[in-house]
Amino acid sequence: MDYAPNTEEQLQQMLQTIGVDSFDQLLADVPAELRIRALDLLPGLSEADVVQLGEQLAAKNVSLKQATAFLGAGSYAHGIPTAVDSLAARGEWLTPYTPYQAEASQGTLQAIYEFQTMVCELFQMDVANASLYDGASSVAESAVMAIRATQRPRILVSEVVHPHARQVIATYLSGAQAVIQEIPSVNGVTDLEALGKALGDDVAAVILQQPNACGCLEPMTQAGELAHRVGALFVASVYPISLGVLQPPGAYDADIAVAEGRCFGSPPAYGGPGLGLFTTTNALTRRIPGRLAGCTVDQSGRRGYTLTLQTREQHIRRERATSNICTNEGWLALRATIFMALVGPRGLAELARLNLDKAHYAQEQLCTIPWLRLMWDQPFFNEFTLQADPAIDLESIQRRLLRAGVVGGYRLAHWYPLWPQATLWCVTELISRDSIDRLIKILKHAV
Amino acid sequence: MEPLIFERSIPGRRGYVPPPNDVPPSDPSAFIPPDQLRATAATWPEVAEVDVIRHYTRLSQLNYSIDTHFYPLGSCTMKHNPRVNERVAALPGFSWLHPLQPAAHTQGILQLLHELEQLLCAITGMAAFTLQPAAGAQGELTGLKIMAAYHRRQQRHRSTILIPDSAHGTNPASAALSGFSVVQLPSGPDGLIDVRELKARLTGDVAGLMLTNPNTLGLFERDIKTIAALLHEQEALVYMDGANMNALLGVARPGDMGIDILQLNLHKTFSTPHGGGGPGAGPVGVTSTLADLLPLPRVRQRGKSLVWQEEGTASVGRVHGFYGNVGVLVRAYTYIRSLGRDGLSRASRVAIINANYLKTKLQEICPVPYDRACLHEFVATMKAVRAHGVNAWDVAKRLLDYGCYAPTVYFPLIVEEALMIEPTETESKETLDQFAQALGQIIAEVRSDPEMVRHAPHRLPVNRLDDVKAAREPNLRWRPGRSPNWATAGQR
Repeated sequence: MDYAPNTEEQLQQMLQTIGVDSFDQLLADVPAELRIRALDLLPGLSEADVVQLGEQLAAKNVSLKQATAFLGAGSYAHGIPTAVDSLAARGEWLTPYTPYQAEASQGTLQAIYEFQTMVCELFQMDVANASLYDGASSVAESAVMAIRATQRPRILVSEVVHPHARQVIATYLSGAQAVIQEIPSVNGVTDLEALGKALGDDVAAVILQQPNACGCLEPMTQAGELAHRVGALFVASVYPISLGVLQPPGAYDADIAVAEGRCFGSPPAYGGPGLGLFTTTNALTRRIPGRLAGCTVDQSGRRGYTLTLQTREQHIRRERATSNICTNEGWLALRATIFMALVGPRGLAELARLNLDKAHYAQEQLCTIPWLRLMWDQPFFNEFTLQADPAIDLESIQRRLLRAGVVGGYRLAHWYPLWPQATLWCVTELISRDSIDRLIKILKHAV
Repeated sequence: MEPLIFERSIPGRRGYVPPPNDVPPSDPSAFIPPDQLRATAATWPEVAEVDVIRHYTRLSQLNYSIDTHFYPLGSCTMKHNPRVNERVAALPGFSWLHPLQPAAHTQGILQLLHELEQLLCAITGMAAFTLQPAAGAQGELTGLKIMAAYHRRQQRHRSTILIPDSAHGTNPASAALSGFSVVQLPSGPDGLIDVRELKARLTGDVAGLMLTNPNTLGLFERDIKTIAALLHEQEALVYMDGANMNALLGVARPGDMGIDILQLNLHKTFSTPHGGGGPGAGPVGVTSTLADLLPLPRVRQRGKSLVWQEEGTASVGRVHGFYGNVGVLVRAYTYIRSLGRDGLSRASRVAIINANYLKTKLQEICPVPYDRACLHEFVATMKAVRAHGVNAWDVAKRLLDYGCYAPTVYFPLIVEEALMIEPTETESKETLDQFAQALGQIIAEVRSDPEMVRHAPHRLPVNRLDDVKAAREPNLRWRPGRSPNWATAGQR
């Protein structure tokens, strides 16, 4: 199946119109030595066969619909209203591209404008772009933007910012005249004293995550004040669902606030596609990476929408662009827009409280197990770190849970070798109380 | 016009109710210090499901899309998106997987990703692929980081990248983001890389050449082997932007051309939906010499299982939060397995015939500079309409009135008043004929009524939008209690 409608007969007619005898004559510029006879691939499959192949591969996985996973650690599974799938599947949303021709793309452009507005409202920030690839690359772009905006070389990033985000910053900034310095944590949160000592007038940005990679709530207000004292930008990487109860980045004067927004209306999909949310202040609008939709008027004075401030972008500014991004995550941004519209302010607050309540219920129950305790006495949202007694073999516990169809908390030792007995547990509204109680029962008999 | 969703808001209305709480409820202040609590809710719309369905259905109807219109946007490969790909990607066994689930839960997806890497190697002739980059431009960035890491490993200081003047804007932007300075390479009179100009700029400071093949004129770089050899003599590398790979399936392989690093755009060549601007996927392929520099983690066989290999000292690092746009990768895998050996070759063959056919039809209407057999796309010039006070932008807008999305306009920069046209293999001869006819009529209109063309479009939900106002008085968000612009304040 190749989805090309022209028949061989039509193709012959077309070759005649072109004025060549054969297809090969059209390839005159391709040196003969480079021509290949055939691709070294298997023959194609019928639709029925390729569906079966897909189903067989999918069946070798155990999805979150089959197992109970207490996993977050940067990817959070939340419910998706049916209307999101139904609307986003429309071909008019799925199959256009970036709205270069505004008059023929008013749907996409207005949806982006609504998206930008809802994200600004959620974050209490002035400006949001049309999306970046994911949360991690948004953190990296914030570092690039801060270095250019301040003309300073040093980036301070807390060690309890998600390690993948820190790795992406390192990749993006490698080769640049930039210095990345990690700020240690103490008792599960960024060490403000160490941050204060590291700050100087060569610091472009201070980057913290709320809640942080261990689930703990960070002292964002204090960290922001410290950053601003030396004229550095304060960057907050946040978790959108948590903003139903937690103060938004605008409330603690973040200069740039970013997030992984995939949890708004799209499934985890094994980590991608994600949805990078990127916001900033009015003062920095012209430094922002990526697309922006703006409201304007047409020649008759009617309201309309268009891509704007494009002189920041690569197709105009080339090597002097604010970013190299072209294709972003438009379809996920649309899904998030529909999600936000459906859920509304009350729904988000309820969702956030559900997560808060369930995670705290799970934490209390887990801490009734004699060999488990809360690692740090810090407030948390829907994710928390537990410390197991040194004698406990966590691998065998995980295996035992797995046999019962449960994925336990993520072992933080993968990221923080100094915490070999730490596990990070996440409980969203998709985890039922029964599942939590069942987990406790298994663990009680595990040792 | 459809109002904003905020303008439909009625306090107290709801579109979705979260599941009930089955654990003891608490006040948030029991868990969160008061100064860290949100003080005021976001001003999101309060609407019912039916409001949301109608609003976003109506908005969708304001879009041109592949599903509704011919979409010949050059260099973007707007081919039909087969729906079976959506069906497979939506299977819960793929879409509802957490990225940190243990290998015992993810053997199917790991197998798919591993096979996809091998399929891309077979199609392109490269030795190894990473699937991690989320789009073409991120693939470029990754590829250039690999180039920089390679020279560092060879302990060579190389700080410039050569980029032809016909290149896509992401190329120089990615090079700059990678810490390179850009030296522009002027195209020869035939629109191809001029080997003499290349030699003149091939100094000891050149890290590599970044080219697109076929280039943005739709022309194959005839001297590609010589070009690659010249670069390699200088111990520099050749990066190929694979945005135009839709011309080469079963025709030629970048790996055989001497290409060291290649990025693909799966949303172009491999038919994953463009989604109004993403998500895409930009896998990067390299030669065996560079394989250990690819981003981590990589899928590896360990005993009978596939696992993620996290360690590697040479790697350029990570570019994505997890493993890349897996949902897009599943669609591309499904597409490649559907078309297989012969289907993929036929796709390129038909894409090339379609482009040449349309080019031949248009040559009666408007000149095509660099007139020779093209591959999957070609660039026409609208220079002639200037005499009537009309430009390529106006012609593009008028095409919208005829039910065609516009080609890429004013790109590549080396052609004046450029219209870059890529029909793809999934358009029929009838559609191409209609497009040629429409463009012919527009050229006639330019002569008879240039004023009308200058103010096109006339049959769309809005007419020509004021881009200058949009940029001078940026209005990037709606604000509560305020209509989003002045003109319509009294008209709602």
